[in-house]
Amino acid sequence: MYPENFRYTKEHEWVLVEGDTGTVGITDHAQQELGDIVYVDLPKPGARLEQGKSLGSVESVKAVSDVYAPVSGEVLEINPALADAPETLNSDPHGAAWLVKLRLSAPAEVANLMSAADYQAYIGAEK
Amino acid sequence: MITKVRNHPSQNEALLFERSSPGKKAYQLPALDVPPVDAAEALGAANVRAGIEGFPEVSEVEAIRHFTRLSTWNYAIDHGMYPLGSCTMKYNPRINELVARIDGLAWSHPYQPEALAQGSMEVMARVEAALAEITGMDAVTLQPAAGAHGELTGILLIRALLEKRGNPRKKILIPDSAHGTNPATAAIAGYMVQNIKSSDTGVLDVSALDQIVDRDVAALMVTNPNTLGVFEHNIIQAAEILHKKGAMLYMDGANMNALVGIARPGDFGVDVMHLNLHKTFSTPHGGGGPGAGPVAVKKAFEPFLPAPRLKRSARKWTWDYKRKHSIGRVKAFYGNFGVLVRALAYILAHGGEGLRNATVDAVLNAVYIRKQLEPYFDLPYSSPNMHEVVFSDHRQAALGVHTGDIAKRLIDYGFHPYTVSFPLIVHGALMIEPTETEGKLELDEFVGAMISIAKEAETEPQLVKNAPYGTRTSRVDEVAAARKPVLRWKP
Repeated sequence: MYPENFRYTKEHEWVLVEGDTGTVGITDHAQQELGDIVYVDLPKPGARLEQGKSLGSVESVKAVSDVYAPVSGEVLEINPALADAPETLNSDPHGAAWLVKLRLSAPAEVANLMSAADYQAYIGAEK
Repeated sequence: MITKVRNHPSQNEALLFERSSPGKKAYQLPALDVPPVDAAEALGAANVRAGIEGFPEVSEVEAIRHFTRLSTWNYAIDHGMYPLGSCTMKYNPRINELVARIDGLAWSHPYQPEALAQGSMEVMARVEAALAEITGMDAVTLQPAAGAHGELTGILLIRALLEKRGNPRKKILIPDSAHGTNPATAAIAGYMVQNIKSSDTGVLDVSALDQIVDRDVAALMVTNPNTLGVFEHNIIQAAEILHKKGAMLYMDGANMNALVGIARPGDFGVDVMHLNLHKTFSTPHGGGGPGAGPVAVKKAFEPFLPAPRLKRSARKWTWDYKRKHSIGRVKAFYGNFGVLVRALAYILAHGGEGLRNATVDAVLNAVYIRKQLEPYFDLPYSSPNMHEVVFSDHRQAALGVHTGDIAKRLIDYGFHPYTVSFPLIVHGALMIEPTETEGKLELDEFVGAMISIAKEAETEPQLVKNAPYGTRTSRVDEVAAARKPVLRWKP
């Protein structure tokens, strides 16, 4: 369920680090908790994100929730498909529904994040 | 077998557009007894139109019936209990309406000269004085049109004072239990929002607050009692921590119904706050307003209040526009006057003793519901609650029944739903606020309905999941409505 090569935050984001770029999304647990997602608000390419600070938000039928940057960096690309098909976040949160790709400015921050096993234990305990 | 032309009230109602028939009118004019004027010639052809495209054309009785039928679909506080948490859906006493319809008030006009508006100005002055007394604050503005507008006005006042002192600062602190309008207000007022986590007992964590407050913090925005219905018992300490660093304490007065006549925010360290007259002071708000969100402040903020201000000079009221530190107007004229009249009627009809009793009854009712429902629903925070109580759907969710399902099923039992999925810090929240309006009989009927639904969730969860059954439409597709909204009718 939770890919081993991702790193996870307590706020339920994931990041896949490849070289100096990171792909960011929200976890399957997050989409389940939010329910049907109807809108996604993302930063513009070029924006500088800081670890733990809001990068945008996702809106479900129930509520609007902030999405926090799992690592610091500059936004290279945002997922263009989400504007028209936010429901992809419900069906494929770890794949097609990635949110942003960024260039890491402080790769060492990745050490602050959880492994898949730790994240699963974390959401188990949270329930 | 007869064919009913209209099976009211269970039949759906067509839109007025669909009833339209070209040429139908709801008026009849007498024959022209003056020479006709060609409008295009007199005004210029560009300024004359033949009709309004798509405008429905119906007779008077068709228009009246359409809206009267629609009005019977409403669930209103006049039908029964309206336990929508955080909204304080209390009964609107008829005396309010009677007073608001007094000719001299109902027909007063904001452009009337001061000499002819002394009565209306006196009403406003009395509302200001009453609200200042109730909140323990020094001055009040009545301009803001509703709660979130009051919040924005209040935060702009804080910004103005801090600017005058040399630095408007950068951040506003907001607990994770706050109303969503609080962070929106702070952002619109140009501040960064910093969320602070509630303690395990659901209140402000003052030791954490002490760590966070620095010279960049402009204010803490707090609702007291908070959205869990729990009184922030550390509020005086929180105010001291803020004040020591030159920061301000803003109180969202949405839950003032738990405090009126018992505790005054001005006495527990609040610098600026707003009130929702349409909540606490019983002016109608089920139909979306108009509301009123007066802002009450301590003396230091008085010079910054929106202009004009009411001023007593010689033996009459005047409007004082010469206020050089004012943040400026926030609303046309002087706020929603009709709402102010109703609030004053409510305050005077109750008197101090009556207002206090209303508060005590509101808290008693919520505590009664909590005690009755505690065996059936999970209570995530066990701190004593005040005017509302927040359960979670934890037990029912294990059976596949969620807070939204229980709320829909409640409609079948004849009640308006409680507030679902708020506050956000409670997963699957059921937020119930009975207000002082309800007597024991109605409360017991509500409690009985909730217990019955809790049992249905155990024995027949599917029944609850597909509710409601007794309405014109059952579940509407909320997801499609949000993702692909249809915003206008097209033939």
